[in-house]
Amino acid sequence: MTPYLLAQTESLATPDIEWSLLWPLVILSAGAIFLITITSIFPKTRGNGFSAAFTAAVAIAAGWSLWFVHRELDGSRTLAVSGAIAVDAFTMFVTAIICIALVLVALTLDDYLRREGLDGPEWYVLLLISAVGAILLASAEDLIVAFLGLEVMSIAVYVLASMHMRRTSSQEAGFKYFILGALASALFLYGIAMVYGATGSTTLTGIREGYFAEGIAGRPADSSSMILVGLALILVGFAFKVSAAPFHFWTPDVYNGAPTPIVGFMASVVKAGAFAGMLRVLIIGFAPMRDDWQLPVAALAILTILLGSILAVVQTDVKRMLAYSSISHAGFILIGVYSAGSSDLSESITGSTAVIFYLLAYAIVVAGTFAAVTAVTGVGDDDTSIETFNGLSKRSPLLAGLMAVLLFAQAGVPFTSGFLAKMRVIGAAADTGAYALAGIAMLASAIGAYLYLRIVVSMFMQDDEEGEEVAALEVPPALLFAIGIAVVATLVLGIAPDLIKTSLTDAAEMVASGS
Amino acid sequence: MTALIAASEGVGFAPLPWLVAMPLLTALVIGLLPTSRSEYHRIVALLGSTITGAMSIFVLYEFEKTEGLYQFVSERTLIQDLGINWAFGIDGISLFLVILTGVLFPIAIAAIDPHHDSKPYFIWLMLLMAGSMGAFMALDLMLFFFFFEIVLVPMYFLIGGWGHGNRVYAAMKFFLFTMAASALMLVGILALGFLSKDLAGSTTPIFDIRTLGELTSGLTDLQQRLIFLSFALAFAVKVPLFPLHTWLPDAHTEAPTAGSVILAGVMLKLGTYGFIRFGLFLFPAVAHDLRWIFLTLGVVGIVYGAAVATMQTDLKRLVAYSSVAHMGFIVIGIFAFNSQGLVGSVVQMVNHGLATGALFLLVGWIYERRHTREISELSGLQKPAPVLAGVFTLVMLASIGLPGLNGFVGEFLILLGAFSSARWWTVVAVTGVILAALYLLWAYQRVFHGEATGDNATMPDLTVAERLSILPLLVLIVFLGVFPKPMIERIEPSVDVLINRIEAVTSIDEPEPEAPAHPAGAADLTSAAEHAEEDAGHGDADDADHADDGAADNKEDGDTADHEEGQ
Repeated sequence: MTPYLLAQTESLATPDIEWSLLWPLVILSAGAIFLITITSIFPKTRGNGFSAAFTAAVAIAAGWSLWFVHRELDGSRTLAVSGAIAVDAFTMFVTAIICIALVLVALTLDDYLRREGLDGPEWYVLLLISAVGAILLASAEDLIVAFLGLEVMSIAVYVLASMHMRRTSSQEAGFKYFILGALASALFLYGIAMVYGATGSTTLTGIREGYFAEGIAGRPADSSSMILVGLALILVGFAFKVSAAPFHFWTPDVYNGAPTPIVGFMASVVKAGAFAGMLRVLIIGFAPMRDDWQLPVAALAILTILLGSILAVVQTDVKRMLAYSSISHAGFILIGVYSAGSSDLSESITGSTAVIFYLLAYAIVVAGTFAAVTAVTGVGDDDTSIETFNGLSKRSPLLAGLMAVLLFAQAGVPFTSGFLAKMRVIGAAADTGAYALAGIAMLASAIGAYLYLRIVVSMFMQDDEEGEEVAALEVPPALLFAIGIAVVATLVLGIAPDLIKTSLTDAAEMVASGS
Repeated sequence: MTALIAASEGVGFAPLPWLVAMPLLTALVIGLLPTSRSEYHRIVALLGSTITGAMSIFVLYEFEKTEGLYQFVSERTLIQDLGINWAFGIDGISLFLVILTGVLFPIAIAAIDPHHDSKPYFIWLMLLMAGSMGAFMALDLMLFFFFFEIVLVPMYFLIGGWGHGNRVYAAMKFFLFTMAASALMLVGILALGFLSKDLAGSTTPIFDIRTLGELTSGLTDLQQRLIFLSFALAFAVKVPLFPLHTWLPDAHTEAPTAGSVILAGVMLKLGTYGFIRFGLFLFPAVAHDLRWIFLTLGVVGIVYGAAVATMQTDLKRLVAYSSVAHMGFIVIGIFAFNSQGLVGSVVQMVNHGLATGALFLLVGWIYERRHTREISELSGLQKPAPVLAGVFTLVMLASIGLPGLNGFVGEFLILLGAFSSARWWTVVAVTGVILAALYLLWAYQRVFHGEATGDNATMPDLTVAERLSILPLLVLIVFLGVFPKPMIERIEPSVDVLINRIEAVTSIDEPEPEAPAHPAGAADLTSAAEHAEEDAGHGDADDADHADDGAADNKEDGDTADHEEGQ
């Protein structure tokens, strides 16, 4: 090679891409493209469950590919694509969560779309693309990549939220989500710019080192206040995506208006991706500034839990109730994020473990819950008031029983994954000495339990149609299968949680020791 | 630890996990039966619970009665990185509660028919049985909490699904009240586990009470107090102690009969058992400092419960309030901080379970026949139903504490123990015994005496099946009344372990500040006089004099039985 050519390749600087580490991203993206292509070429593949089955298969394949990534990594962390994407045990765990949730949502969506007469591959393509964004966000080692992931994830969901074309509330939900989401993205991006200005880098390692190198020639003198503003804006961006109070206002409206399976997707995949990204950015990138973000995160956590639990009590619409419950769950996860920020490595591991386990448990439970809600609410998705659930135990004892397990898991009853998730978070808070935080959270969760009990009451203890022979509720098999998987996973994780202990601790140690 | 190994060597297998697994398997089998065949559901449930009960009696048979530490210990990792284990084991304190659970469930299943939806009904009952068994046997604090909380779910469904009148409200109140109360306990448990981790320099939190027992004294006073209080709140609601009892009358009244039997017989005991096992054992010094609070609340509960019971017009509500009073006695016995009081409490837990369980059954049967529980609508029932009246009389007298029946043994030991350590509280508490006689006899008089008017005249008597199902309770009531020795001698070694532990802590920091304020208070150390090994060294010699009066008329269990027969 001539020197000239060599110089040219350097200036182009195309990064080496470690394809073998990016299998899940590749499979999901290729799956999306392939799906839209094949359904366009062969119209016969539309409207017969092909898209759902294909999506589920792609998600399973992506999850399966983690095994190869795991072998390749062998317990280490690799920064792929020139240090933009971190591939480690944490990334893999979150990817697995997202793939599981994706399967559940795909199974739920199929029956929903056929019932509503909206079937089409676009939904599934968008789901796959959004999942890619969520994984990207969770594995971002560079804030720019995090933003990229956030946008890929969100934009697909804005569209999905408004895809129920005959319902104005769906359009409204999508629009509202888009406007507020765009604002949050803008703030997030502005935050990145600030941080870049202060530290001269957008990579998490660069930010951390830049912070320590503060005051070195070439940087603004007031970089510390600048990085603080940047941190605050980034925090707001994440808080919006995970629907933490006071940035939660979109949640009840959007959850109420958006198609139910999509709400399940938002509560599981979007939340998992956003929280994973938040955890990584905060405890790796902003580790030296933990004193500056731990307190705000704790305040957000308390506000979110209290608000979510208390406002849920006065709701009469199930989807709104579950929206507030998802807000209060976000508060619990924030407690884990707070604890994960501890400077003590073992405390940080405890906190990270709590966050990761919570994300897994909650993603499964909430995807199952919204699948059950999909099964109960009739065509049109209009009536999601709590009366819809009255006497469900008579109409479909199986569905009522499964739903009850999921609700009790959300309420935090032992021998379900939901309880262990809460226990881990509270334990992590106790470990860092934040007893007040733990105490307030637990009391609020006791208030919040009222919400789940109300749904259980209406399912099991309220048969208002006296004398009238109640028509049995037919639950489509795919839907029932999705709910069944969720329930089994919830119970298995609650009774034998050590089945996943190796991957869980690996993931937590990887993210906690990243700084 | 060596003692533990020695204790478990005797038996080559682990019976305890089966006490939890058997009801679960039964629930599974019932779940697989067709919904329409309700008779099979009941037979399977009865069979499963009876086998579990038989296994618990087998455990009694194999139990080493002189051993005070845990026996039949079996352990398995549950969550490794948090140090939580499936650790089961029983000692003299939990043994009889396990057996009580094993006895009451088959009876509750046999005695009362659910009338509708028998499949879920029996499934919930079996899950409740598994949960109760687990709670009494858990040696891991976190595992205990799992079971302590999980029992709410089946009970919630039993009240809400098969209860009477205002059942949904009662179920909701029951669930939320108890869940809110134990919310802080979870924080307390986790704080304890993680603080102990630092104390012991271990890599995982510690939740095993056998290990925790050696660590809790290393915590600061404030930490101990806060954690103890977080436990105490959860247990106080479960017992229930006086201002926190409001869920109980509602839950009891609206619950189906079997639910009431189990609620009173088994679930309330989780509170008092928790106080002994976790409150006193882990935080002896703090519990001792704060004992006045619990003694006072216990006494108030006794008098208040009895007074309110007297005013009730609903027979079931009356029995429910009598539970508040009786549980007050148990609390006083626990916080008497001496051997008699604690042994008495454990004995009384069993007695209350038997007697109140039987009372709820009887009230349930009356309700089945007359469809009312209003005392004013019932009269002269002894004419049409002499057997029912006779059984009621026996059970009622046991509940009042008549010598020769089981209620007396426990109440006597409790009062004896409490008198030597908290004299004036005991004096007030004794009025509860008189009030108990008042409200129960008065109720009996109104319901069973007089002219049998209207439907009362034709009320059928107990069927053979009903007679058979309550018979075991009657036998136990009489047997434990005349011959409590086998029970007491198994409870005592375990209580002694606890008492020794309490003395080791309290005798060091007690004497000066407390002695002048509460002259009687010092004497509670002195039940020690009987197990005086370490007393000599601690300068408590003068207390020992005090104790002699107390110890003289009580000596030991064997005497107690004689004592009653003398009365």
